Amino acid sequence: MERDSAFAAVALPHLDAAYNLARWLTGSGPEAEDVVQEALVRALTYFPTYRGANARAWLLRIVRNAAYAALNARRATATEPLFDEDAALPEPADPRDDPETALIRARASSRLNALLGRLPAELKETLVLRELEELSYREIAEVTGAPIGTVMSRLWRARRLLAKAAGSEP
Amino acid sequence: MTTCDRALVLQAEFDGELDAAQSAELAQHRETCAECRANWAMLEAARRAARDLAYHAAPASLKAALEARAGPARRRLSWREPVSFAVGAALAAMLLLVVRPAGDNAMLATLVDDHVRSLQPGHFYDIASSDKHTVKPWFDGKLDFAPPVKDLAADGYPLVGGRLDYLGGRAVAALAYEHGKHPINLFVWPERAGSPAPFAAVREGYNIVHWDAGGMALWAVSDMEKDELEDFARLWQKAP
Repeated sequence: MERDSAFAAVALPHLDAAYNLARWLTGSGPEAEDVVQEALVRALTYFPTYRGANARAWLLRIVRNAAYAALNARRATATEPLFDEDAALPEPADPRDDPETALIRARASSRLNALLGRLPAELKETLVLRELEELSYREIAEVTGAPIGTVMSRLWRARRLLAKAAGSEP
Repeated sequence: MTTCDRALVLQAEFDGELDAAQSAELAQHRETCAECRANWAMLEAARRAARDLAYHAAPASLKAALEARAGPARRRLSWREPVSFAVGAALAAMLLLVVRPAGDNAMLATLVDDHVRSLQPGHFYDIASSDKHTVKPWFDGKLDFAPPVKDLAADGYPLVGGRLDYLGGRAVAALAYEHGKHPINLFVWPERAGSPAPFAAVREGYNIVHWDAGGMALWAVSDMEKDELEDFARLWQKAP
């Protein structure tokens, strides 16, 4: 159908961003996949209300809501958080680094990833959207439903924590 | 230990969010503010650290899975096309007579899509009950508002259940009613500024009646005749 292919054209360029946000919010690869699939089904349903404004912010908002719904459902069934192999393993070393630098980088990187993983969801999503997706304040406000002032203060808090963690020894 | 009140303005500069005038004004202040210097260094350290964060690109399997899932969705969305063609032709004249506020076409399409989807077996309600004292509390904690729930069984429109839906990016309450063999969806969410005045419309053979009550926007969707659906809306508004 025309609508489906139009939808695919709008959504597919933002699939990585969608998965990255879901992955950070849920902390689990399989769960992030479920969240993105669910979000895309929802997005297809809302597609008639999409006015062609900002596809990425529009889609990320739906992904974000689906991720929160998954988190709430997980909390309601009170299961233990899934063990996350990816997060437990250090990042692969950059081949350009010498072994010692590579080790330091890998340690710092896994420490920072762990820190971001532990941040409250509202700080985490704000930092991910700004630093990893390079969204504007307005776009972040659109995705998270928070006023721009709140976006700014959340970003400030998240950055302070990140900078502090980066500056401290492991 | 923040004494400089420009921290967030400085951050906005760092993120390229200030216009030239704001930026110039801040530059003047920064020349003499030690705290701004320290804060700028913090922002740079945070950005360097962020470069070491993992970026999780979507797995190839996800794209494949999505394409597979688009299949059933396509079939599901197209099965009503013959219906809307047949009914649509008969209603074309009526459509021309309906004056709708601009921009509501998309909303109407979403409502009808959701209504049609809810009519698939097992999708009409999440909670089956004709008791408003069961249906109303069921929404507690699921929505950021309390939808008004009324039973119109005495008037021939029994409440049969409720469900949670997502429309236009927000969670809404959907109340399920029946009239004879006609299912009725009543969608409820808090009224927003600029929501349209009450009106009736028809789309793809489905009638839609919209009204406001107690700060809520209500949208009834059904395959019933327009007069009947308007009657339902009137009775609903009068019911305690």
